[in-house]
Amino acid sequence: MHLETLHLLSFKNYLDENLRFSPRINVLVGKNGSGKTNLLDAIYYLGFTKSAFSSSDQQCITQGNSYFFIKGVFKNDSTTKEVTSTVQLGAKKIFREDSLEYQKLSEHIGKYPIVLIAPDDVYLVNEGSEGRRRFFDGIISQLDKIYLENLIQYNQALKLRNGLLKLYAERGSAVDWIAFESYDKLLSTLGDSIFKRRSAFIIEFSPVFQKYYHFLVENSESAEVQYNSELKGKTFSAGLMDVRPRDVALQRTNFGIHKDDYDFILGNEALKRYGSQGQQKSFVIAMKLAQFEILDLHKGFKPILLLDDIFDKLDDFRIARLLELIKSEFGQLFITDARPERTRGLLNHINVPSTVFNIDQGKVTLYEQQEK
Amino acid sequence: MDYPSKLIEDAVNQVAKLPGIGKKTALRLVLHLIKNKEENTFALTQALNKLRSSIKFCNCCHNISDTDLCFICTSHKRDRRILCVVEDAKDVMAIENTSQYNGVYHVVGGVISPMNGVGPTDLKIESLVSRLNQEQSEVKEVILALSPTMEGDTTAFYINKRIKDLTGKITVIARGVPVGGDLEYADEITLGRSILGRTLFN
Repeated sequence: MHLETLHLLSFKNYLDENLRFSPRINVLVGKNGSGKTNLLDAIYYLGFTKSAFSSSDQQCITQGNSYFFIKGVFKNDSTTKEVTSTVQLGAKKIFREDSLEYQKLSEHIGKYPIVLIAPDDVYLVNEGSEGRRRFFDGIISQLDKIYLENLIQYNQALKLRNGLLKLYAERGSAVDWIAFESYDKLLSTLGDSIFKRRSAFIIEFSPVFQKYYHFLVENSESAEVQYNSELKGKTFSAGLMDVRPRDVALQRTNFGIHKDDYDFILGNEALKRYGSQGQQKSFVIAMKLAQFEILDLHKGFKPILLLDDIFDKLDDFRIARLLELIKSEFGQLFITDARPERTRGLLNHINVPSTVFNIDQGKVTLYEQQEK
Repeated sequence: MDYPSKLIEDAVNQVAKLPGIGKKTALRLVLHLIKNKEENTFALTQALNKLRSSIKFCNCCHNISDTDLCFICTSHKRDRRILCVVEDAKDVMAIENTSQYNGVYHVVGGVISPMNGVGPTDLKIESLVSRLNQEQSEVKEVILALSPTMEGDTTAFYINKRIKDLTGKITVIARGVPVGGDLEYADEITLGRSILGRTLFN
């Protein structure tokens, strides 16, 4: 699958841009702050119905405007699909595929798989478990619609259950556990199925991840992603029963798959504490490459790969390794770089056709096109 | 919006508090009242005042009533062995209009909805429990007729737990495809449920 054209209206620093991309390698060069990453974000938005970098849609609107619009034409073999997104302040976000509006945004997710590798990805290692859960949920949701529906329902039931705990706390009255039973039943059923799906996924994910990690890092230390859930030791209903006193005290639910985590292990040690910055970066890139391969395998076509400022962070050996993959494994690719000579040199080296765009303050110009 | 008179503004703000009425509609209604005869407006406000001060809720089923016990609870023609639990008075009217039901009601006054600050004790569930606990209770079947939402299901689940030893059987209204509708237009969940809950042809 590849993105053929992109039209942006008042998206971040792009006022009105019409772009046509190469089905293979697109290099976006420009100074810091020129809008390279914003362009990647617009592509990401079309795939995930939200920004990768901004927490709200409002932040994606050009300052002083009240809306933004993105249109992308995707091509897969001989079929062409047009995806548009319209966001207007104070109105419902609208996503359309070939002019047909989605009733639920979740229906769109997974149809246009995109993998983004960005410098701040190490947050997966360094920050809380929520980011790690979101990363893996994001992949599984793209493979399995039922998983996504279950997750949405689980979160709704969890919100209501926590709301009821708060209600009793605010009133200072004794908790009536009968009122919780229907939530508990719902959480158990959905939670068990989510737990099973996550467990199965990590079994599929691990060998692919290890393959890429060892490809990027030439040594034999073992790298592992372990799925960690309290459900491994007890049933959902027993777990909920055990945490009741804590639930009352903290006014939220303290047992469930919303507390799951993924442990990153490098040679028997926790990556977060003992891994060097380089090891952490390679670990995260290997996870993203595994994400790419698994999506490719399940969808039957290659996702779009977005590489944000990646060459800055890697040593020559890893860059060489990554370029080998670019040459053989990947489909359409978008690379940003502040230094055009470097990227061009690297790409000439592997001899793959590429198109270079120059970006300056939200204006994009075709810089160089190399067709083979 | 700027109004030519403070009196109009006050009236518009009051009317606009009603459900389904925005500021523009409220203004239209207020101007309409001014344009028409004075008596009409007073008749309206009198009716509203009287409604508010005299309206009662049935002591037994909590339905809206003119008397301490509503006409359904006092009627000799109703079957006291069947009791239908509903959210509010609108639901009683809806079920009455079907002419398919001859039992009595219990209006719980809403559903358990933590996000809106409604817990089980805010509903008339205790009164249902004590109603079924009474020695002279003849109830053999309780029908739960609540909204088919997560909140409605939670409430039904809770009520079921509280009353399961106090009555013969507890049933819920069927969920399925509407009469006169096309199957292809029914949503998947409803259609799926109606397949699972299918009934014998006769």
